[in-house]
Amino acid sequence: MQNYRLQWWKILTIVLLYYTVVGGILFPVPRLPIMNETIRLNYFHVPMWFTMMFLFSFSAWFSIKYLRSQEIKHDDFAFESAKVGFFFGIMGLLTGMLWGNYTWGTFWPKDVKLNNTAIGLLIYSAYFVLRGSLEDETQRGRLSAVYNIFAYAAFIPLIYILPRMTNSLHPGSGNNPTFRLFDTAHNMKLVIYTAIIAFILLGYWLTTISIRLRVLNKSNDEKF
Amino acid sequence: MNILLHLIQKEFKLELRRKAVISGITLYLISLAFICYITFSLDHHSISPATWSVLFWLVILFSVVNSVAKSFIGERRGVFIYYYSVASPQAIILSKIIYNTALSFLLSLTGYFLFSVFIENPVDDKLLFVLTLFLTSFGFSSCLTFVSGIASKASNSNVLMAVLSFPVLIGILLLAIKITKNALDGIERAASTDEILNLLAINCILSALAYLLFPYIWRS
Repeated sequence: MQNYRLQWWKILTIVLLYYTVVGGILFPVPRLPIMNETIRLNYFHVPMWFTMMFLFSFSAWFSIKYLRSQEIKHDDFAFESAKVGFFFGIMGLLTGMLWGNYTWGTFWPKDVKLNNTAIGLLIYSAYFVLRGSLEDETQRGRLSAVYNIFAYAAFIPLIYILPRMTNSLHPGSGNNPTFRLFDTAHNMKLVIYTAIIAFILLGYWLTTISIRLRVLNKSNDEKF
Repeated sequence: MNILLHLIQKEFKLELRRKAVISGITLYLISLAFICYITFSLDHHSISPATWSVLFWLVILFSVVNSVAKSFIGERRGVFIYYYSVASPQAIILSKIIYNTALSFLLSLTGYFLFSVFIENPVDDKLLFVLTLFLTSFGFSSCLTFVSGIASKASNSNVLMAVLSFPVLIGILLLAIKITKNALDGIERAASTDEILNLLAINCILSALAYLLFPYIWRS
């Protein structure tokens, strides 16, 4: 993290993001009833969720490390990755709502996965409220690390397990076919995999910038 | 195991002596049930099952949150240090969860009884409903006890407690309301097994998390 220059993976992120946007808009997509061209939103909606899950896992991992080592650095990592992950979660919800408006007719249909995702994001916003209300650094780090692990462990079943068990509008749950149906026909794989990697790298990049900002602010405060 | 039983006994004894929680919550329940009764007797229509379900779960949610919130937040500093020296954190959190489950279940049953007396009882499948009450009490209690432990270390604890616990409670409540709807309609029990298993799973996850994570909160 000390080397702040444009590293190889940052250049790769930019290249892959360009590819995603250009390929997403220009490459052919399967023609499905109702969805038509809006299926292109798939290239942006799904990577948002993957990035959010990656960043939340990152955050939970660093919370566990903080509880074991008591180093404030780990607490910083956990907080900043949760923050950026939450942002990507909101973006995922917004892209989903946009897509849903064209396919399902409304911005917020009565869907289990949607409700559970909103609940999951509420759990993480409670995490931020908790951090805001505690002053003492060690206590804040410890209590928020504990709550972070609790939130993560509650989040996983909410988003992945519960929707699959019930009838949901999303593909892959209840009686719906999964996205595999689209891939084999028209090579959506060409763009979707690189999109996921690109957005995860972007999320990681944003997290590193966030952490740097936080460390700089802290050292600034200490100098008065 | 011995310590666990002793701690649970201690909680019940304290509660019976002080009667703080029971009296407050009973007053709350009775006044709410009475207000519902007066409102609906004025209307001369019978209440729809959906409205009954909503009112019931609202009352239960707020009663349980208010009663369990006092489990860690109300205790004085000296009592904490005493507990710390006497028992392991796991025993303390488990005893509090079991005590709060019993308390919440008692609350739910009382609320159910009051609602049946004042407003007619539209529940068809009573056993399923009572099972739901028990599972929900356990879920609420484990979540709220754990969050109360976290919030007790912070200032502004009451608001924080509500904010921290609210999302998880809503998740549990969604499942409970789904089962309640099935119980109200009286359809076969097999239709609700999915939700019951889900509730059981959530309870396991929540209590396991509380058991594992509480020692980290306790040290201070």
